[in-house]
Amino acid sequence: MNLPIYLDNNATTPMDPRVLEAMLPYFTNKFGNAASRNHPFGWVAEEAVDYAREQVAKLIGANEKEIIFTSGATESDNLGIKGVFEMYKDKGNHIITCTTEHKAVLDTCKHIEKLGARVTYLDVKSDGLIDLAELEAAMTKETILVCIMYGNNEIGVIQPVKEISAIAHKHGALFMTDATQAVGKIPVDVNKDGIDILAMSAHKMYGPKGIGALYVRRKNPRVKVTAQMDGGGHERGMRSGTLNVPGIVGLGKACELCMQDMEADTKRLSALRDKLESALTQLEESYVNGNREHRLPHVANISFKYVEGEGLMMAMKDLAVSSGSACTSASLEPSYVLKSLGLSDDLAHSSIRFGLGRFTTEEEIDYAIEVTKNAVNHLRELSPLWEMFKEGIDLDSIEWAEH
Amino acid sequence: MAYSDKVIDHYTHPRNVGTLDKSKSSVGTGLVGAPECGDVMRLQIEVNEENVITDAKFKTFGCGSAIASSSLATEWLKGKSIDDAMKIDNMDIVEELALPPVKIHCSVLAEDAIKAAINDYRVKNGMEALVSEKTHH
Repeated sequence: MNLPIYLDNNATTPMDPRVLEAMLPYFTNKFGNAASRNHPFGWVAEEAVDYAREQVAKLIGANEKEIIFTSGATESDNLGIKGVFEMYKDKGNHIITCTTEHKAVLDTCKHIEKLGARVTYLDVKSDGLIDLAELEAAMTKETILVCIMYGNNEIGVIQPVKEISAIAHKHGALFMTDATQAVGKIPVDVNKDGIDILAMSAHKMYGPKGIGALYVRRKNPRVKVTAQMDGGGHERGMRSGTLNVPGIVGLGKACELCMQDMEADTKRLSALRDKLESALTQLEESYVNGNREHRLPHVANISFKYVEGEGLMMAMKDLAVSSGSACTSASLEPSYVLKSLGLSDDLAHSSIRFGLGRFTTEEEIDYAIEVTKNAVNHLRELSPLWEMFKEGIDLDSIEWAEH
Repeated sequence: MAYSDKVIDHYTHPRNVGTLDKSKSSVGTGLVGAPECGDVMRLQIEVNEENVITDAKFKTFGCGSAIASSSLATEWLKGKSIDDAMKIDNMDIVEELALPPVKIHCSVLAEDAIKAAINDYRVKNGMEALVSEKTHH
C-alpha cells in the first residue's frame, strides 16, 4: 500500500492507464486537425473524434450527433444555461434550479439574472433531495428551463431526475442536468430519464482534465443552444474552437471503460463505502449527511461532532479527503451544500467527505478507518466542546462570542 | 496550503492540554470563539499570590493553526506575571508560528483567550477587568 491514500475522487480521479494509452498517438504522429477535410492527417483525427463521440453517446443512451465537446463541465453548464436563456428568450425568462448545485450552475444563473432572467432556487429537504411539489408549484408559463443536478458532488445524493423531467416537460420547459458526478458511475440514460441537456466531464471518470461534453437533444424536442464562443462553427455551430483530439479520445475511452466496469465498480465501491461508513459511525456523535438510499455508490460525507474538519484532516495523516469546513476561506463560511440541508454551522464545520474510486483498495479503506478513528479521538481530547458535551452542558445555552 | 514546521510540531505534540478547576479563585478561564465559526478556545491559567502564572492549560476546537496558537500561548504564559502576559500580542504568535494571512484570526483568538483568562482571574480576585486597547473585531 502506497501513502498518501487518495480518497478525494469527487474532486478529480486519476486517469486510467488504458485511457492514457488510447490518447498518446494523438499528441504526436496522429496530430491532425479534425476539421482538415482535405488530407489524411485530418481524416485520421476526424475518425478518432467520431469514434469517441459514439463512445460518449453510448454511455448515456444518446445519439452521437447530440454530443458537443467542451473544455469540461463548467463550460458545459455555462453553455447549456446561457445558451437556452438566449435561444428561448421569446418563450420566457424563468429558470428553476436548486441551492445545492455546483457553483458552475449557481454562478451562471446569477450572471443571467443580471441580464434579465428570473431564477428560482429551490431549497432541498434535510436529506438533500428537492421537493417535487415545490418544483411543480414553481413552474410558470415563462419557465423555459429546469436545471437540477443528477448526483451531488459533496454528499452524493441522487435527485429524482425522471420525476423532475416529467414535471418540466408537462409545463413545456426543458430539463437540463449537471451529471458530472453521476455519468460513468451509475446508469444515466437521456431517454429514460427525460434529459434534454446534460453536462459531463472526463476527469471525474478516470479521463483527462480539460475535456467534457454537453449533450443537446436533437429529437422530441429538437433543442438548440446559442453558442457562447464565436468562431469556426465547430460542433454544429454550438461550440467553436479546434477540437482537442487527444482529450476527446481520452473522454471516449473513459466512457467505454466506465460502461464496461460500472456494474463491478459499483458493487465493490458501495461495499467498501458501507464498510467505511459503518465503522466510522460507531464513533459517538458521528452522522452521515444526505439521503443514504438515493446516493452515488462511492461517496460518504460524515460529520464528527465537536471536532473541526480542517483540524481533523490535518490529523488524518496520509489521507487525502476534503472537508465542508472552510477555515481557510476569507469568509469562514462552511459548505453551502451542507447548510442547505439545514445542518448547523458547527456540524458543517465538522464534516469530512470520503470519495472512493476505481483504484481504491480494501486495504486502503481499513487504513483510513484506523487513521480517522484515531484522529477523531485525538482531537476530541483537545476539544473543549467535547468536554462540555461529556459533562452534559448544553452548548446552545452558552453565549458564544462570535468573531 | 502547507503548514509550517512549528505549527505541525504544536499540533502533533500539543503542550499543556487539559483542564484546571475553574471554581478555584486562583484559576482564570477564558472561553472565546464560537462553534458556528469553526473555532473555540478555552485557555486557563493558575496564578500564585505574586500574580505569577504557575500553570496554563488549553483545549481548542479548530484547525491546526488554532490548536498550535493556543498550545504556544500556554507555553509562553507559564512563569509570566499577569501584567506581562497581558502584553502578549497576536502578531508575536503569527511570527513564531509563521501563520499565513488567512490564519491570523487564529492568533487573534489566542490573544483574546489570554486576556479573557487574565480578566476572569482579576475579577475573581477583586481587581478590575482590563480593557484591551486593541479592537480586533
